[in-house]
Amino acid sequence: MSKNPRIIELEDVVVKFAGDSGDGMQLTGSQFSDTSAFVGNDLSTFPDYPSEIRAPQGTVAGVSGYQVHIGHKDVTTPGDLADVLVAMNPAALKTNMKWLKPGATVIIDIDNFDQKNYKKAEYIEDPLNDGSLEGYNIVKAPITSLTRSTVKEFGLDAKTADKTKNQFVAGILFWLFNRDLTIGENFIQKKFKKNADLVNANIAVLRGGYNYAETIEAMSTTFLVNPAKNKKGLFRNITGNIATAWGLLAASEKSGCGLFLGSYPITPATEVLQELAGRKHLGAITFQAEDEIAGICSAIGASFTGKLAVTSTSGPGLALKGEAIGLAVITELPIVIVNVQRGGPSTGLPTKTEQADLLQALYGRSGESPVIVVAATTPANCFSFAYEAAKLSLEHMTPVILLTDGYLANGSELWHIPEMKDMPEIHPPKVKDNHEGYMPYIRKPENLARMWAVPGQEGMRHRVGGLEKADKTGEVSHDPYNHQIMVGLRQEKVDRVANYIADQEILGEKDADLLVIGWGGTYGALYSAVKELQHEGRSISLAQFSYINPLPKNTEEVLKYAKSRVICELNLGQFAMYLRSKFPQYEYKQYNKVQGLPFMISELKAKFIDILENKGK
Amino acid sequence: MKENTDFAPVMIPQDYKLDSPVKWCAGCGAHAVLSSIRNAVPETGVKKENVVFVSGIGCSSRFPYYINTYGFHSLHGRAAPIATGIKLANPELSVWVVTGDGDSMAIGGNHFIHVIRRNINMSILIFNNRIYGLTKGQYSPTTPKGSVTKTSPEGSIEEPFNPGELVMGSQGAFFARVVDTEPKMMKEVFIQAALHKGTSVVEVLQNCVIFNNDVHENITGKDVRDEHQIYLKHGEPMIFGKEHEKGLIYRNNKLEVVTIGKDGISKEDILIHNARCTNSTIHYNLVKMDQPEYPVAMGIIRAVDKPVYEEMLYDQLDHAHEKSPIKCMDDLLKSGNTFLINESSS
Repeated sequence: MSKNPRIIELEDVVVKFAGDSGDGMQLTGSQFSDTSAFVGNDLSTFPDYPSEIRAPQGTVAGVSGYQVHIGHKDVTTPGDLADVLVAMNPAALKTNMKWLKPGATVIIDIDNFDQKNYKKAEYIEDPLNDGSLEGYNIVKAPITSLTRSTVKEFGLDAKTADKTKNQFVAGILFWLFNRDLTIGENFIQKKFKKNADLVNANIAVLRGGYNYAETIEAMSTTFLVNPAKNKKGLFRNITGNIATAWGLLAASEKSGCGLFLGSYPITPATEVLQELAGRKHLGAITFQAEDEIAGICSAIGASFTGKLAVTSTSGPGLALKGEAIGLAVITELPIVIVNVQRGGPSTGLPTKTEQADLLQALYGRSGESPVIVVAATTPANCFSFAYEAAKLSLEHMTPVILLTDGYLANGSELWHIPEMKDMPEIHPPKVKDNHEGYMPYIRKPENLARMWAVPGQEGMRHRVGGLEKADKTGEVSHDPYNHQIMVGLRQEKVDRVANYIADQEILGEKDADLLVIGWGGTYGALYSAVKELQHEGRSISLAQFSYINPLPKNTEEVLKYAKSRVICELNLGQFAMYLRSKFPQYEYKQYNKVQGLPFMISELKAKFIDILENKGK
Repeated sequence: MKENTDFAPVMIPQDYKLDSPVKWCAGCGAHAVLSSIRNAVPETGVKKENVVFVSGIGCSSRFPYYINTYGFHSLHGRAAPIATGIKLANPELSVWVVTGDGDSMAIGGNHFIHVIRRNINMSILIFNNRIYGLTKGQYSPTTPKGSVTKTSPEGSIEEPFNPGELVMGSQGAFFARVVDTEPKMMKEVFIQAALHKGTSVVEVLQNCVIFNNDVHENITGKDVRDEHQIYLKHGEPMIFGKEHEKGLIYRNNKLEVVTIGKDGISKEDILIHNARCTNSTIHYNLVKMDQPEYPVAMGIIRAVDKPVYEEMLYDQLDHAHEKSPIKCMDDLLKSGNTFLINESSS
């Protein structure tokens, strides 16, 4: 008999799915987020997975998670703490208890809560009876056993049968969030379209989960999150890595320079290479090199030959590419280096996020070796910044390092789909055949970009290389005064990019009591924290930098009027060191975190309130 | 603008000369190689705008500055990947890599084996003088064991690489060896290397007059060269010696030097060189031949047909473009799961 549950309308909800790496939690999570997008919710997601592919089953090391934040209001982060946790085993519960909101709903697969699994999760006492779950709404669902009995009639083998249990979870959530089951059924039909048995089994399990939730007493309250109030139009859910790859493809199409990616697999950047490898139909050439160095060198060769050249990597790979970036600097060839930052140094925390490659990006090369550095701020705007990085590189004939991070790369958000006709034009300084008086180091007077002739063009034969070039002719030169001129020109060329980029925006008053300064992927958390404090009547504003080198022309104006400033970053203060070197006249406080985790809104708010209330002390 | 002729304009070596001075030492073997290249390139039938020379770092790697083509003097060891990018970006280009024994066998060793494994259509010339010249005389990966150099004052204790062995081990399809004192041989081989489809590697035994003078003298010296070298030509018997009296046969699973007319050996018993044999056993043995037991093999030792990387790549690109309904960015952006929010689907 069905009951009439109480429906609570919520502005936003955070749901966390956690289980063994093999439990299909990423799939359940993405199914939930797709369904949310389908019903019009704003959303942001973040997977949290171990660096081992299949750590021992049932252990804390093997827990894989997927967090989804959906909202009627604007959603800018995957959320600090969960309203709903799905824990497929004790280890998943143990790992995620500390990220729960008080009173959260916790759905566990009771079939896995036994002595054997407690031991694997290193629980000393039974968590269901030791009082640690006091205050939470615990739903002890026999997910495994009910799934098995549901699929019995379909004659699946035990392994395949168990794989469908994520649909049981999905079914519970469909009921919990008052959603139309047919959306889930369509998802399954699409997903398994080649196998009718699997479609039927999964749909049966989905319905089983839904009916179970409707029946049991433990779930008397359901949630309703209405469609996003500030969003209108055609959207898709996109991760930072895919958005990065697509931004590069878009820049290639717009500029008419074919895309060439020379790369080497490295977490968390590999998806950029994978995505583009599957885009040959759009003319993208990907070359999986023997190492990081060959990756960038092949890209430099392609750039010399007139392509939009890209290499993608993470911190340790950026270190290996340093010498080759210097070569691109001195040969003044365009190349985009995508650095998806992760925890370091060395192998560090490959699957976790950090912002500690900033100084490496700015200065990690021999000699005076300036490059443009830009940073994306959200998963979706990786598209815009990959596009912008390519545009700046091609038009200014210089390497550009695009900084994203593991959080942006794997996280996703709803993205308003752009149209190519609205994307800005890209005009590389290419010359026609037999261009009279061509010399490789003749520059455009306004931005100092050198003119680009490529092999195959008639009448333009020339040589480039890593030895210092004579001004204009590009001949090898060891002349001391020429070196000074060329070092100066290369610096000036990058400095002048400031004339071509957007001014820095401030969210809030420019003379606020506290100016929060961030850069790159911390935007979502900083934005939310500042917004919430503004609503609470605090005098606080935010400047989130995307253009790192050069800084926007109005940067001094942005910094000048604030009564105090705090620079927040996921490192020990690299942007702070940089701003202090550029604008030493101002005082900066710092808030730094290096746990491999993004900022939480709550910790930021606490820090800002502390500064605001103790200012001057 | 389009050329008014369909055939490549006839080039002469002079077309590839630059005004800037060549800065190798007087007496350096590289001068002769440069001149042979300038003579060979016009005969490859490639438009001069389509020729690209790429090098790494070292004495030999200054090469692109001395020839009037498109050129890239890159990083130590990295010529192969740079050349790879150039070739994949535009397969119509005729790409040459000029490298040395340090550049290709030490710092660039990894790239060297991988470019060969992929079989990207380019010609790699290794100037092997068995020493680091530009840094003034340290042992290299091809320096003979026991050699006294600035960094091996008591004699090198390292086994040297034989570049040809690495080529064979990397499933190479083309390997040739020449000496810097034989301009005619160099020109012939360079042309064939350029015409070969796939990665072709030519080892040039080159003299360093300053730091390793006469290192190849035991092979190239006027009085010994006929006895200590064998110039292999496809389809011809493997005969050498001043009087063409010596030859090679394959017996007891190894090559053996024999004298024609002695011990019942006749000219018919001598192996015929088959550079196009896909099985590399004999080629491998030929590559390894060394003094004093054997003459050193010169000429094209191996030249077999193999699928070429960039041809397969462009086939995949064409096929994917044909097959996919997604033809442009706007198609891609709207593909898959999209969601219309706060708008009735009209």
